[in-house]
Parts: sequence; C-alpha cells; structure tokens
Amino acid sequence: MKSDKTGVLTGSHILSGNEACAEGALAAGCRFLGLYPIMPSLEVSQRFLQRAPEVGATFIQMEDEVSALAAVLGASWTGKKSMTVTSGPGFSLMMEHLGLGVMLETPCVIVEVQMVGPGLGLPTHPAQADVMQSRWGSHGDYEIIAYAPSSAQEMFDFTIKAFNLSERYRVPVALMSDAHIAQLKESVVIPSADQIHIEPRRYFDGPRDSYLPFKRDKDFVPRMVDIGQGYRFHVTGLTHDDRGYPIMFEECQEYNVHPLVKKIRDYVDEIVDIQETKTDDAEVVIISYGSSSRAALKAVEQARAKGMKIGSLKLNTVWPFPDARVSELAEQVKAFVVPEMNFGQIVQEVERNTYGKANVLFLHHGDNGVEYTDDILAAAEKASLMTETKCGIIEWKKGST
Amino acid sequence: MAEIRFAGYGGQGIIRSGIIAGKAASIFDSKYATMSQSFGPEARGGACSSQLVISESKVLYPYITNSDVLVAMSQAGYDKFESEMGEEAMLLYDEDLVKPKPPRGKILAHAIPATRFAEELGIKIVANVVMLGFFTAITNLVTYDSMKKALPGLVPEKALPLNLKAFERGYEYGKEILAKKQSNKGNK
Repeated sequence: MKSDKTGVLTGSHILSGNEACAEGALAAGCRFLGLYPIMPSLEVSQRFLQRAPEVGATFIQMEDEVSALAAVLGASWTGKKSMTVTSGPGFSLMMEHLGLGVMLETPCVIVEVQMVGPGLGLPTHPAQADVMQSRWGSHGDYEIIAYAPSSAQEMFDFTIKAFNLSERYRVPVALMSDAHIAQLKESVVIPSADQIHIEPRRYFDGPRDSYLPFKRDKDFVPRMVDIGQGYRFHVTGLTHDDRGYPIMFEECQEYNVHPLVKKIRDYVDEIVDIQETKTDDAEVVIISYGSSSRAALKAVEQARAKGMKIGSLKLNTVWPFPDARVSELAEQVKAFVVPEMNFGQIVQEVERNTYGKANVLFLHHGDNGVEYTDDILAAAEKASLMTETKCGIIEWKKGST
Repeated sequence: MAEIRFAGYGGQGIIRSGIIAGKAASIFDSKYATMSQSFGPEARGGACSSQLVISESKVLYPYITNSDVLVAMSQAGYDKFESEMGEEAMLLYDEDLVKPKPPRGKILAHAIPATRFAEELGIKIVANVVMLGFFTAITNLVTYDSMKKALPGLVPEKALPLNLKAFERGYEYGKEILAKKQSNKGNK
C-alpha cells in the first residue's frame, strides 16, 4: 500500500466496507482512533493501525468503549480529527459520552457496524436495529447527524462526509453501517487528494484574552481553539456560559441546549442527503437505507421492467430525517414500502410524515438479514393495487399476495 | 450478471479465490463485482464459502439467489450449495474431493483433480489457484490476462511464480477438457 503524504490511497482497489471506511477516515484527515475492539467492526481498526505509522496517525486501545469515546473527544480538542469504531453492545456503552460530545460540541465520528441485538444478540449477524439508538440513545435534548452507507464505495465517501459535517456543525456524527456492508468486498475508487473536499475546522484566531469557547456565530456554531495553543478555557458537561463555565439556571436550557438542537434543525436542508430513483411518476416509493437499499433498488429495476410505476428514496443520511420530502411524496404516491433489518424503526418516521395520505407497508427483518428483492417487489405490487388508504403501519407478511 | 459460489473448507483459499476473481473482474476487466464470505469460528477445517457477483452494470443485490456457477472444493460445500444452483448452472469440482449427484436440469459439470495437480507442483495449498485457472478457461467470466494480473498482491510475493504455474495448469486442463467435450459432441 502506498499513499501520498496526505494519506489518500488514490486508485482503484478491492476493499471491504470496513477497509474502505478506514481509508475514508485517513483521506478526511483523521489522525486519531480511540477504540475497544469488537467484531464485526474490527477491520476498520486493523486497516487504520496498519496505515497509521505511514501517515503519522495515533491510535489507542482503551479499557472499554466508554473510555474509547472519551479519548476521542479529548483528542478532538487537541485539533486532531478523531473517530472511534464499534458495534452493538459497544455503541450502547458509548451513549454516555455521545451526549457529552454533543454538549461539548466536539467534532468526531463514531462508526457503528450494526449487528443483531438486544444484549449480545447473535454475533455477528447484520441488522439495522440501532438507527433509533443513534438518534435518541443518550439522555437529554439533542440532534444528531447519521449516515447509512450501502456499499464499500459509500463507506469511503460517507466517512469523509461525516468528518466534514462534524466539523461544520461541531457535533459527533454517526456512520451507521451494518455487518453486510462491513464485510462485503467491492471495488472502491479513491480520487486524488485535491479532488476530495475537506471541511476545515472553524478556528478562533483572535487575541488570547478574548476567546469564548461557546460564543455562537449567527449559525449557532462556536469557534474552536486547540488545547495547548495557550488559550485559557473550560469545557464541562454541565450547562454552561460562553466561557464554558457551569451556569445552573432554568434559562440555560434555552441559552445553552436549544442551540444544540437549532444548529442542526435550522440547517436540515443542507444536511439531508437523499438519493431518489424514478420517483417522478411513482405510485409506490420504497424508502430504504444501508444494505437493504440494494435489494430495494433491484426491486425498482425489476418493477420498471414489468411496467410498474415504482421508485426509490434512499436515505444516505438517516438523521436528520427528510420530513419535508417524505410528506411531499405522500401527496403523490399511493404507498410507501419500507424494508428494514429490524422490527420497525425508520418506518415510524415515514408513517409520521404521511399524515394518513398514503399507505405505509413495512417489511421487517428477514431470516437472511437483507430483505429479499422478491419480497419487496411483492409488497410494492400489492401496495400499488390498494384502493383504500389506511392510517398506521401495515405489516407485510412474507408470502402474502 | 453471474452469481458464483466458491465452497470448501477453511484453509483451502476459498475466500481468497473469490477475492482474486473479483479483483480480476472489477479492476482489470472493468466490470462490477461484489464479494462476500462466510465461515465458521474455526480457522481451518470448518465449512467456508464465498459469494461473487459479476455484472456489466453496478451490482445492486450482492448475494446469490440462484448461482450460475458453483465451484466445489469439498463434499460438504457441494452438499450445502447444490440446491442453490440455477437450472442452467455450471458445476466445477475437485474430482478427488467431491462426488456429485447425477446433474439435474441443464446443469453442466466439469471435473478437475485440482488438489492432485497442486501436489504435483509441490504444494497443495495452490489447489485453489489451479481451480481458478480451470474456472477461467471453462466459464469465460473473467479473462485470462486479468486473472494473471490479479494474482500479485493477493498471493505471497515469493510464491507468485508457483501460483502462476498453478493457474496455467488449471487453465490448460480446462481448455483440454473443453476441446475434448467439443470433439465428442462433433462425433455424435
């Protein structure tokens, strides 16, 4: 392996999703990995560790996932782009410091390779059952950004985007992969470093005595400095003032916490990343994300070949959810079909945005993980023939016609 | 589009076979390919298989629904994946390790003593590469040149000449078999 000094391994490669994720991180400028090993996410770390000496990156294996994310938050404040990598149970342990990262407005990326749970579940079989956790898993009010890659190429591309958005909005960004995509080997085209957009950190460069670490710009995002540059400042997980010192009044929710929500919600249009296929004239739209979207797109291809008006909306970002677009489509389509490798998570967001104007058919976790194209196609076909619109989620049973 | 299953046991290079053929198709033949794998907890001896999907356009669904080719390097692998083969699939198998059932439908079976050839070359771990040579000759799904280009980096550098020899051995045998079957057909 030979990359230029920027860490970008330009060229065409056969990489697993996990390996592509590590390459994406290095290309994005990530130079710190804090981790506690767990399958099926391990190859991300392995690849990062192999390449670390060559690009001057640092990594540390901590005693558990709680401290792994803590190390990442600390490293980020020293000016290093930082990430951690985990799976199911490890992600649960990270929830405490996910909230801390949100409160400290610390840019970082958390890669989660989803497998079946709850508890230890069935390691290491794929699932998509942690998408709600990525949004709501930590306590308190906050907003998060989460990507859902569906190929090795997207593991590379979205990892870079995740780093960019985490810097732009000063928020931890989750990359919600799954065990299918993590292990799948595909060709990945890595462009040259000058073709890759890297969002720079927004630094404060004023005089040392005037730095306020949580003084917000008009877009709600405060400027950073690196620890060790000589600025004096304080960060705390308590509600805090512009200097970063605790203030503990009711008003802090409005002053301190509301902007954490607004800095994402008010910029949803800039953040939301969706990919639509043949939705213009669609009567049924399949809404999917991650590895399930591959079966969904194949179903669209097959449906169109049969002359059925079926389209696809693929969520590249699952959070924030594209409320506006889904409710707009609800006016147009007869039904949405939502296949997920869980027992109903994002389908609830879809249903919430249809306002009873379209049917919502849900296909849950199949025995083989990824939903079969045939099932999705059958559900879409059935949905296109429905004459009544029902409120609520219609659970699609396998083999029904 | 072609869906290919490589099946055998851990240590035979089954997963490596999928990667080599996938690399040949997607990097050097400018097609699209996805490769996925499954294996048990054992490092060696357990059942293992890899799935390769090769397509002229982007591979949407990366898993096998009906295989077009089954490459069987163990009896257990054959038994497990025989039913997955489509009606017009091709079966390639190591004739010393697999005793197939009479072929169903229009399935074409091609046998090679891959492991024995590898032993003749001095080391049986290149049996998978002998098989890949055979696979290349019989199926035409990847080109001869691309397969040879795909080997460096995926086999130990020291062993590259040996692997190339193993590949040639399988490829030549595949060509002979095809020619023989062709002339048999002519005679009938």
